Amino acid sequence: MNRATIWLKRLPAAGKIGLALVVFWMFTAVFGPLVAPHTVGQFVDREVFDRASGQLWLGSDYLGRDVFSRLLWGARYTVFLALAAAGTAVLIGTSLALTAAIRGGWVDEILSRTMDTMISIPSKVLALVMVAAFGSSLSLLLVILTVTYVPGNFRIARALAMNVVALDFVQVARARGEGAIHIAVREVLPNMIHPLLTDLGLRFVFVVLMLSGLSFLGLGVQPPHADLGSLVRENISGITQGALAILAPALAIASLTVGANLLIDSLKSGGEA
Amino acid sequence: MSGRSSSGGAGILPLILRRMGAALITLLLVSIVIFTIASLLPGDAAQEVLGQSATPEQVAALRTEMGLNQPALVRYGSWLAAILRGDPGHSFVANLPVSQIISERLPNSLLLAGLTSAVAVPIALLIGVVAAVRRGRATDRVLNVVTLSLVAIPEFLVATVGVVIFSVRLLWLPSIALVSPDASAGEMLRSLALPIFSLAAVVIAQMARMTRAAVADQLDQPYVEMALLKGVPFPRIVLFHVMPNAVGPVVNAIALSLSFLMGGAIIVETIFNYPGLASLMVNAVTSRDMPLLQACAMIFCAAYLVLILVADIVAILANPRLRA
Repeated sequence: MNRATIWLKRLPAAGKIGLALVVFWMFTAVFGPLVAPHTVGQFVDREVFDRASGQLWLGSDYLGRDVFSRLLWGARYTVFLALAAAGTAVLIGTSLALTAAIRGGWVDEILSRTMDTMISIPSKVLALVMVAAFGSSLSLLLVILTVTYVPGNFRIARALAMNVVALDFVQVARARGEGAIHIAVREVLPNMIHPLLTDLGLRFVFVVLMLSGLSFLGLGVQPPHADLGSLVRENISGITQGALAILAPALAIASLTVGANLLIDSLKSGGEA
Repeated sequence: MSGRSSSGGAGILPLILRRMGAALITLLLVSIVIFTIASLLPGDAAQEVLGQSATPEQVAALRTEMGLNQPALVRYGSWLAAILRGDPGHSFVANLPVSQIISERLPNSLLLAGLTSAVAVPIALLIGVVAAVRRGRATDRVLNVVTLSLVAIPEFLVATVGVVIFSVRLLWLPSIALVSPDASAGEMLRSLALPIFSLAAVVIAQMARMTRAAVADQLDQPYVEMALLKGVPFPRIVLFHVMPNAVGPVVNAIALSLSFLMGGAIIVETIFNYPGLASLMVNAVTSRDMPLLQACAMIFCAAYLVLILVADIVAILANPRLRA
């Protein structure tokens, strides 16, 4: 408690804003649908792209549905899918990186070459090819987003692990006859956890942007499900009126990613100081 | 550069050739990955093209025509050979040769990318150098938060806000980018202004951040302090002492940021209905036009690798210590 307060006080202003935005969106993703005034598919307004009013806080969408309620539901898809994909990508990437760093030799060689090749494919291109080949149901999207961001995490985690593996206490553990899993989990991992968590945060931002981008192109989350990117896409015809239905979800995505980015940046510079 | 190459010229050419060879091998490996993923298509590509109403005979005939009856390795070999010949197959969706579809779109994409770079690179370098020179002060901190936020903003937000402001409210610019051969240069620039603006915003932020890091790194070196103590004017230090040393990392920053431009183009070309390669690729995904998609993906990967390679070579030329 006390440590947490000190940590909060030390956080720069930009970091505090970032933290507030991230916490806000996490809460929205968990509790938003509970407080949503309408269900997702409910038609509440005879006007399409209606202005904001006391009843409809963010106006109505292209079919006359409540934008505010749809936004609360959409945030859940965006945040949870991105958290799951970023978490899984870091889990797989780091496990492979630890294997490569501890085993060395041909295992390291094969893993590193494969990941280097994957990294040479721009992530949007890789994701698009996979969407074309596999389709984009929610579970497939999770797999595609994970696969897209494993190589980047592998490269960073391997570099971190290689530095730790070269240290004396790892040699000692090896000489003691500890198994590879013990060395990976008890000796190496604790000494690279902070930069690894930073990378998890960055992957989360990348995944949110990628997922929203795919959904915006109509290749991500498919109806009847809708994430924030889908909301921007389905209301694109409202752009000529400057409708809230298109600006609100786009701003929602931006506030989430900008918030996460500001928070990560202030944590990074805070760690160095 | 000529003075330099006479001193250490013997070592440079083999090094550059080696880097080029490595890039070619990577591109080959990338082609294997792309081909493998694309052939994992669940269901039958021939069935996909013909739809549910096709008779089994039609499907079988198209399978033979598409070469689907051959083993994967043979198909990969003939696909690769065809791409190297400059004929990446036939689009069964558009019923046109892929090379013809791409050659119509590629110049448009290059035009958009070229104009965006022409706008983005000078602005980004200026912001990056200013932030580095004022590092730690208010200017730098404000620029840091602004660029950090811009990096994380989705392209479609920049684009939609741009459209709402400039073409809906102010009626200055069209919201669709039409390129027709008989449009005048002025008309064309007007219709391309919003796509360029949307693409440049993210690229500038990215590039400025990396430039700042590279220049700030040099400004902290002892030789800068030395020059300051000798009484060299500060602008002169930045231009003639720091910048030559920062060329390698800065070119690297430019190349990496321009590779983000390709990703951004996928969104921006679609929003503005711009007939470029990226929107073509999105269409290919939607219609599951695999030959077209594979060709587009390979072009993007090749462009990315070329950018990285150029950055690498410039870094070698600019920094003799990398020639070891």
